[in-house]
Amino acid sequence: MAKGFFTDTSLCIGCKACEVACKEWNQLPADSYSMTGMSYDNTAHLGATTWRHVAFIEQFDDQTGHFMGLGGATAGSGGHAVASHVGDVQSNVQANGDGRTRQRGDGRASTGVLDRPRASTSTSPRRSDETTGGFLGDHRWLMMSDVCKHCSNAGCLEVCPTGAIIRNEFGDVYVQPDICNGCGYCQVACPFGVIEVSERDGRAWKCTLCYDRQKDGLTPACAKACPTQSIQFGEIDELRDRARARVAMLHERGVTGAYLYGVDEDTSVGPLNAFFLLADEPEVYNLPRQPHVPNAQVIPSYIATAITGVVLGAATLLAISGRGRRS
Amino acid sequence: MPGLGTSFGRGGATTAQWDLVNSDCIVIQGSNMAECHPVGFRFVMEARERGAKIIHVDPRFTRTSANADLYCPIRPGTDIAFLGGLINYVLSNDKWFKEYVLRYTNASTIINGDFKDTEDLGGLFSGYDAEKRVYDPSSWTYQGESVPAAVGAHPARTGESYTERLNRTEAGPPPRDETLQDPHCVFQILKRHFARYTPELVEQICGTPQDVFLQVAEAITANSGRERTTAFCYAVGWTQHTVGVQNIRTAAILQLLLGNIGRPGGGIMALRGHATIQGSTDIPTLFNILPGYLAMPHEGDKTLDDYIHANQAPSGWWYNQPKYIVSLLKAWYGEHASKDNEFGFQHLPKLLSEDDYSYYPMFFKMKDGKIKGLFVHGENFAVGGPSSGIERAAMRKLAWCVVRDPFLIETADFWKLDGVDPATVDTEVFYMPAAWPPEKDGSFTNTQRMLQWHDKAVDPPGDARSETWFFVHLGRRLRELYAGSTAARDQGLLTMTWDYPLEGAMQEPRAESVSEEISGYTVADNKQVAGYAALKDDGSTACGCWIYSGYIPEKGVNLAASRDRDAPGENTNHSRWGWAWPANRRILYNRASADPDGNPWSERKKLVWWDQSANDGKGAWTGHDVPDFELHKAPGTPVQRQGVGMDAISGADPFIMQSDGRGWIYVPSGLKDGPLPTHYEPAESPVGNQLYPTCGNNPCMVTFDRPDMPYNGMENPRFPYIITTYRLTEQHTSGAMSRWNTWLAELQPEFFVELSPQLAGEKGVQTGDWVTLTTTRDEVEAKALVTERMQPLRIAGREYHVIGMPYHWGPAGVVTGDVANDLIGVALDPNVKIHEAKAFTCDLRKGRKRMGMPAAAEQDALRASAPDGGTIGRSESEGAEMAHAAPAAGR
Repeated sequence: MAKGFFTDTSLCIGCKACEVACKEWNQLPADSYSMTGMSYDNTAHLGATTWRHVAFIEQFDDQTGHFMGLGGATAGSGGHAVASHVGDVQSNVQANGDGRTRQRGDGRASTGVLDRPRASTSTSPRRSDETTGGFLGDHRWLMMSDVCKHCSNAGCLEVCPTGAIIRNEFGDVYVQPDICNGCGYCQVACPFGVIEVSERDGRAWKCTLCYDRQKDGLTPACAKACPTQSIQFGEIDELRDRARARVAMLHERGVTGAYLYGVDEDTSVGPLNAFFLLADEPEVYNLPRQPHVPNAQVIPSYIATAITGVVLGAATLLAISGRGRRS
Repeated sequence: MPGLGTSFGRGGATTAQWDLVNSDCIVIQGSNMAECHPVGFRFVMEARERGAKIIHVDPRFTRTSANADLYCPIRPGTDIAFLGGLINYVLSNDKWFKEYVLRYTNASTIINGDFKDTEDLGGLFSGYDAEKRVYDPSSWTYQGESVPAAVGAHPARTGESYTERLNRTEAGPPPRDETLQDPHCVFQILKRHFARYTPELVEQICGTPQDVFLQVAEAITANSGRERTTAFCYAVGWTQHTVGVQNIRTAAILQLLLGNIGRPGGGIMALRGHATIQGSTDIPTLFNILPGYLAMPHEGDKTLDDYIHANQAPSGWWYNQPKYIVSLLKAWYGEHASKDNEFGFQHLPKLLSEDDYSYYPMFFKMKDGKIKGLFVHGENFAVGGPSSGIERAAMRKLAWCVVRDPFLIETADFWKLDGVDPATVDTEVFYMPAAWPPEKDGSFTNTQRMLQWHDKAVDPPGDARSETWFFVHLGRRLRELYAGSTAARDQGLLTMTWDYPLEGAMQEPRAESVSEEISGYTVADNKQVAGYAALKDDGSTACGCWIYSGYIPEKGVNLAASRDRDAPGENTNHSRWGWAWPANRRILYNRASADPDGNPWSERKKLVWWDQSANDGKGAWTGHDVPDFELHKAPGTPVQRQGVGMDAISGADPFIMQSDGRGWIYVPSGLKDGPLPTHYEPAESPVGNQLYPTCGNNPCMVTFDRPDMPYNGMENPRFPYIITTYRLTEQHTSGAMSRWNTWLAELQPEFFVELSPQLAGEKGVQTGDWVTLTTTRDEVEAKALVTERMQPLRIAGREYHVIGMPYHWGPAGVVTGDVANDLIGVALDPNVKIHEAKAFTCDLRKGRKRMGMPAAAEQDALRASAPDGGTIGRSESEGAEMAHAAPAAGR
């Protein structure tokens, strides 16, 4: 039976213990020592040396110019995501800065280019009876510990030409470092931007779901270090049941926007062995709404090619026969 | 410590973190618990999941706010106004827990008719000496008698002799008015004192919108009473103020009025900032107390009897004080301690009235060349100390200095910092590599007063050694150097017990042997004692710290090493996980969880109760915790008329350390700045005191009249912004343990300040830009992080900006940055001499620091000429030298 992670962002306090525990156990080096300006996120994204990454998303109602209570909650409030995107760090920083320094007519700062309507209220996790701060309120600072999804249909595994990427006995997607030749196909095949070829040694690296610890019957380092059970490790079916019950409970408490990502959607990556409970649209967390593996395009491509061939052939024949008749 | 100590009797958190899961409402104020105590915050999350309301009151929207149900903004340094507003709400809406308040607090006690409140005297209590800036507290006492506080610098120095006190105790408890109508009773004084703290005033002073304030008020009152409890959590956001102790006092009053002390899910959780900060006050690294909160001898204590009579309380548990001091001396001086030589009492140093040995006066003396040597352990004050430029400059005046730390921290590097030419520094520096906890045996005493043992996992590398190794071998070598000396001053060193067994190739002292001495033993047969009840004042027992007595109840049994959680369905407050002082009690004052008759206030909030069927029908206290009461004292036991000690406390008085057995809403003695908390502005504030316009700051706060310590002053237009310092999850305090660790350093790599979009807009600053912050002390440069989590506050009709500044960086380590603490001035709380880092003022401009500025070390002259600086508050006397006295940390 496959083992995996259930990452419940409604319990995340953004302590980054998962990031540190992961790096310590797997002996991964630091990425860099510069401040990104994206809230408290300074590792920016998953990569060859960052296998757990905590995203910080600040969502504030900047209409009031003050914290809640002054003027009350504003309908249709603007929100902005300080979400990260691989390789897009600098532009985000610029965007924030630009936006914040532009003044509106009312003298209050605007979030400018990042101004956009919040996701539809049906998926917003605000508790209806609360008008205040926190995870359940109007002003939110969302935190989410991202990780390799260990997809049922893993793009990286499908495209790996050397067989370095395998599905191991725990049902997880594992890169065998001694076989990887660093071709980098996996990097472009991953719909989540998780796996990365290291500039240090030229090989592809990502979360192993602590394969070595699992072999010894231990919980993966990140889940072990998480102080609030935001990261739960276990049998994937059991985790899914637990997660569905958690969503139902949150809905009951009025947090109607809570939902599971990577469990019941119909996508070509299939159910994720590392799935998430989210409080806003997937894009807010820098996750694709409809992830797809590249080889999902293979059969449509074949068909398209075949049709193209038939059409071209027919056209050629028509052309030839036409010329014949004319001559 | 005196905030909780004078209110309840002991200077420690009244509850344990895991008990927060039993709370119906948790107010986190003066603490960023999710970021600074992320592991303990799991219990807050668990409480939230169980339906508790989580409230965060803070100047910044932090990771704690993000996980709270309600975030409530507040201006830094105005917590008394906010909490006072809650007290007024509770009183004026009749929401107080009547039976609890009447029977368990001093609300009904009649106060001396001479007492005048701040409301009578425009911000001052009676007894103020404007010249010395101190109070004479004699008018604050209970009617007709002086009452010693359970803790304080000199607990019982009330001016009354011991015999007088004893006679008065025999006369019975202090006068009370059980109807609470007497205008001089505490309840009426309290009502008048806080009557003006309305929601409107709270909004004007704190910038907290009234509707949010009222949501907090409604939440805490709806969640207090027989069936429900509310807990408060605080940390240095309350303590690091010129009114630090009174901040905590205000919360103590509120929790007493709501009946939340000593009960499950209630209490005041003092969150300590390091692994064993609680331990370092229990077995103190402080100058004014001995282990177990025994007072440090004073110059007036010519003999042991003088000392005992000055400190022994006739009523309450502190009546036992002679047993604890004699057992302590016996532990220290062993066979050389006998009744004939006052058990070695004369070997102890004595405090001089006219001198101040606390942290800042020590550094000023050092800077003036009056202290020659310094030991530094587990501190990096070259970065972490407020106005740290002073500390660095002071160290350059030392003859020698020993720094023990795992990394080569700035405090060992001071001789080459600030652009100073090392050739001009004469200090001889000994850097000694220190072992980490996994490299040594020992114990931590954590925030819930709980000792947890840790075993050594690996040998420390190279020359790194444990603290125990360092001190035991230092003591051994010093004793060899002084061997044969007959000088009286050397006899303490030569006669102290120093026979800790050494083990292995490193000659590591056996840590358990130190623990055995701390836990206590009988001298004749060297058997461990079961607890402090077994200690005697005749020299037959030895105990290194009476409150820790019993954690090694017999040789080979270390209760601090126990690690058994409660089984599912079991409730003993995890009594077999570690060991908590005193006597393994997890929730202090838990007698108050039962009503005066000994029955639980409610089934839901049951903790400790009287079981008449126990003890062969004679009855006993029982429950889910070790009762914090005499086990067989029935609820109906009256005060014995001629009784002393515990006999002077009735069976319904739950605060056994207090001389009257009651929780102190009003503190008649033990505090230097008033029996009740009052709103004063921080030493540096852009806003005047709206409550008492003629009395801006705490009238007793301590400041220094020195050219190298200028202050920004009040309402100084040069420094228009409010600034507050804090920690982040990713780094630890001065960074000494995190800036050298690549995995932590990359997570918060650069010194930054948090600005609201509004302030950033005014200054044309974007995230990632350099900004320079200035005070009269220094200037620092940092990256800007513009965030809507920071918002301006409306105070008295004007908008004020708050700047947030984490203080983790310094010039050394994997990641570096300017020293945030260089900006802070040394303005201190009069009770505990803690500085005000959580609320002061600064200026901010876009861009980097001016190039070619003189080095910090040479800025004294510059500072002295700062036009808008000036001295405020009380100036410390220079007093006697302490040239040969190593600071407390080195003892």
